[in-house]
Amino acid sequence: MTELPTHTDRKLGLVIDLDTCVGCHACVIACKGWNTENYGAPLADEDAYGANPVGSFLNRVHSYEIQPENDAPAQLIHFPKSCLHCEDAPCVTVCPTGASYKRVEDGIVLVNESDCIGCGLCAWACPYGAREIDPVEKVMKKCTLCVDRIYNENLPEEDREPACVRTCPAGARHFGDFADPESNVSQLVAERGGIELMPEQGTKPVNRYLPPRPKDADIDILAPLLAPVAAEPKGFLGWLDKALEKI
Amino acid sequence: MHPAKSIIAFTSLSGLGFGLLAFLCMGYPDVSGWVAFVFFAVAFGLASIGLIASTFHLGHPERALKAFTQWRTSWLSREGWLAVIALAVTGLYATLVIFADTRIAPLGWLGALLCLATVYATSMIYAQLKTIPRWNHWTTSAMFLLMALSGGALLSGTVKAAIVLILAAAAMQLYAWNVGDSQLRNSGSNMASATGLGSIGKVTAFEPPHSGGNYLTQEMVFVVARKHALKLRMIALALGFGLPVLLLLLPFGHTIALLAIAAHIGGLFVLRWLFFAEAEHVVGLYYGKR
Repeated sequence: MTELPTHTDRKLGLVIDLDTCVGCHACVIACKGWNTENYGAPLADEDAYGANPVGSFLNRVHSYEIQPENDAPAQLIHFPKSCLHCEDAPCVTVCPTGASYKRVEDGIVLVNESDCIGCGLCAWACPYGAREIDPVEKVMKKCTLCVDRIYNENLPEEDREPACVRTCPAGARHFGDFADPESNVSQLVAERGGIELMPEQGTKPVNRYLPPRPKDADIDILAPLLAPVAAEPKGFLGWLDKALEKI
Repeated sequence: MHPAKSIIAFTSLSGLGFGLLAFLCMGYPDVSGWVAFVFFAVAFGLASIGLIASTFHLGHPERALKAFTQWRTSWLSREGWLAVIALAVTGLYATLVIFADTRIAPLGWLGALLCLATVYATSMIYAQLKTIPRWNHWTTSAMFLLMALSGGALLSGTVKAAIVLILAAAAMQLYAWNVGDSQLRNSGSNMASATGLGSIGKVTAFEPPHSGGNYLTQEMVFVVARKHALKLRMIALALGFGLPVLLLLLPFGHTIALLAIAAHIGGLFVLRWLFFAEAEHVVGLYYGKR
């Protein structure tokens, strides 16, 4: 049903550390791999080797340049973006068929693909660009928080987390329950001042982003060791310098 | 937003059809028999073609009936229900007028009200979206209703009402453009809020996630048309409002009426195209395209 639950028992979601993310796109590939081979319609690519390739992805990594106002060096921030599993998810309520829903037990926002008519209205309602119509299956695809991994008892315990979190080589992605103030994700958010994306849209996103830590003012620690050793040339170079000056 | 032909046809033609139905159900023009049959056939034809066109942009039109289930939360679902109920009530009214020469006025009023409610529900599919600040304003519904009513007045040959409604629609459109042009700026959504990184400094998009396009950029980051937006606004004003009013001020005749209708519908298509093409979705902020 497209009526949002007033309360969810747990609030599963991700914390993404923008300080640690190196922008390698491994999460994008792990996500595409897992979600192509498992739950739901595979994530298709069209014209993959042609002039105009397009495909559906549930996770994409943007890169932003930030220029601080005090003329400090610009920063490059890699910014992975996927469904934020909003508490007040506008994508769910606009759905005419009931294909989109938010689970009461853990707050995951999912699409029942056999009910989806592919009207695209939920993708329009999402401010974050978290939903994409698959170019081949013509149904709405979105992050499932790897619902088929996190409860999957056929997988070894360390694999029971979303594919993007499991694969991240930098440890920039964390998975947990935001309803539990003692959970790893809640602690990280409290400690590092986790941010909500577009709070003015009123979606109450569950996922949080950890802002980059302040940078050192003097970033070049080798600079003192690289001072020029001889300011004034001596010997042959000194004679050459003087001789050339006179010409 | 990508101005899909199917959605432009859907909103324009169903609006015209329901607008005409509303006028016919209110007894304008007061006709019966075969003349009424032709008028109602045009109205039902336009409404049905519009509604059928709306299914062309669905990924799975064969499951379209499922869209009737979520009327409690979804404007798209409500629009479906209202359209069906409006067509049923006006259909009954039309049958009695055409074949029994019986006019049940309250049934006509109910039908007209349902037609306008359908147009309102259509407008709310767009106006409800906070993600598209230009649409997220009462002028969206006002424009859909005024365009349906002015088209209905024109098609039904209710000349005086048509002149007033077309002028009202033109004024509302100018106001809607005026408000709409600053809606995104006033929405509070910008690259700083989108990334949450504004406290560090000025955020600019350095590199998109991939070198090609994707569903999001094709569907919601449509920027091609903006170049000619001002010219197209002028064309829409002239075709949709200016020319029809001038023609209606001339001595009334079938040729003139047809010309006025053709110009108005042409203007309506341009307006609807602009309605989509000019709408800025906030997801464009993530791509540095706003």
